[in-house]
Amino acid sequence: MQEQAPQQVLRLPGFVAWAMRPLPLLPLEIALGRLVKGIVARHPELVGRLNGSEWRCVAVDPNDLPFVILLDMREGSLTLRLARTLDSETAHARISGPLIALVGLVDGVYDGDALFFSRDLVIEGDIETVLALRNAIDDADIGLLRETAALLEPYAAPFDRVGRSAIAVVRRTLGLGGAEHRGNAS
Amino acid sequence: MKTETRRPLELVCPAGTPSALRAAIEAGADAVYCGFRDETNARNFPGLNFSREEMKSSIGYAHSHGAKVLIAVNTFARAGDLTPWLSAIDDAATLGADAVILADMGLMSYAAKNHPGLRLHVSVQAAAASSDSINFYVEAFGVKRVVLPRVLSVPEIAAVTRNASCETETFAFGGLCVMTEGRCSLSSYATGQSPNMNGVCSPASHVSYRQEDGVMVARLGDFTINRSSADQPVGYPTLCKGRFKTGVGEGHIFEEPVSLDVRQLLPALQNAGVTAIKIEGRQRSRAYIKAVVHAFREALDALADKRSVPISSLAPITEGQSVTGGAYVKTWR
Repeated sequence: MQEQAPQQVLRLPGFVAWAMRPLPLLPLEIALGRLVKGIVARHPELVGRLNGSEWRCVAVDPNDLPFVILLDMREGSLTLRLARTLDSETAHARISGPLIALVGLVDGVYDGDALFFSRDLVIEGDIETVLALRNAIDDADIGLLRETAALLEPYAAPFDRVGRSAIAVVRRTLGLGGAEHRGNAS
Repeated sequence: MKTETRRPLELVCPAGTPSALRAAIEAGADAVYCGFRDETNARNFPGLNFSREEMKSSIGYAHSHGAKVLIAVNTFARAGDLTPWLSAIDDAATLGADAVILADMGLMSYAAKNHPGLRLHVSVQAAAASSDSINFYVEAFGVKRVVLPRVLSVPEIAAVTRNASCETETFAFGGLCVMTEGRCSLSSYATGQSPNMNGVCSPASHVSYRQEDGVMVARLGDFTINRSSADQPVGYPTLCKGRFKTGVGEGHIFEEPVSLDVRQLLPALQNAGVTAIKIEGRQRSRAYIKAVVHAFREALDALADKRSVPISSLAPITEGQSVTGGAYVKTWR
């Protein structure tokens, strides 16, 4: 049997959470809400894969940031709220992990099962809903940078170009370019 | 029966979604296997699989890129309610699938009679592990290929293939089943649902994970199947990979969470006369599929060019984060 020590997914430095803590969540909530609305409009197949018609709320918890993203899934819709803390009664399920892992999952860079096996990702609660959400997002082939750029028409193309270059520099700097990185298949 | 033992091995790859299918083909798959979005296939998980419309466009995409699509209808049909299974076979034929992968003899009979031009493969779920059973499927239903169970060694695969009157396909990478596939009742015992009848092993609706005093507790139905501290990797919530306390100690009683990787054995499998190798993981993401298919494409191309097979590390993305040759090498014998 060949074994390999797992490599941790990078976490944001602590000062990022510290700097964000006093800031109001509303502007970010509005921006992220528009992003999700745009994604659903451009990828209608995404909501088609979400299970059932019953309302489900999934808490996406970037555990290196001082807020939680609440995704409300109803038949044919997906909406977003932010909260400072997660009340155990609020959500049916929780997905927790470093922001880089969560973004990488949406972008199709990381494999969710691999992150779960290595404990970088923690899931609790309604596993059926989490699986449906994960599979729907993976199939939708979302690129967060591309989706963000689409909100900035007519400046989408230059934003996308600059963003890609910036991300490439960050990835090189952080040593995330190697295919050997766990779960990173890009 | 095999005469062309040196022909290139066909790379058969999984896809749980159209996006994963495209990723597999772009990474070098010769064929992709997938299923409809219902209980007719053994990966009937939430949010996974193909609608009829998605299957039609995916088959079009695959064919335009020179790849085949094999549709798995590999659960056992429910007595008194055959419609979903018969419709799946009819639709696979209508949509232009290159083959259907079946486990149920009744469905093989239906497909052979009603769609004589449709190529039939015997699923691993049929547990056809001997040349006698394989030749029965060939004679009775005209099957063209059998997917061998993951319990045979390479010499056993060679012996079975030599005496089989159709092609053989073996698993090459991914999750392992140590049970007699298609007959395992562990999931059914714990949850009432099984991969054999419902297409789900350890259905998500019966799985729970809870953090208790820094320990992650995994439960399936009423059974606690694992308790993992923060520094321990975890596996899928299946009973066969659970850790249990017994009279002789505590540990993995049935199977450790470890994944198959036979890249080092590819020359031996080719010499054994195997036609195709299969990657497991229709439930996995396109990132996983891209990485694994790419690695196997590289390995097969090297084999075809008579170069040494490159073995890049895939262990970090596997269950258990470790890989094994499994029963193919049977070092425990």
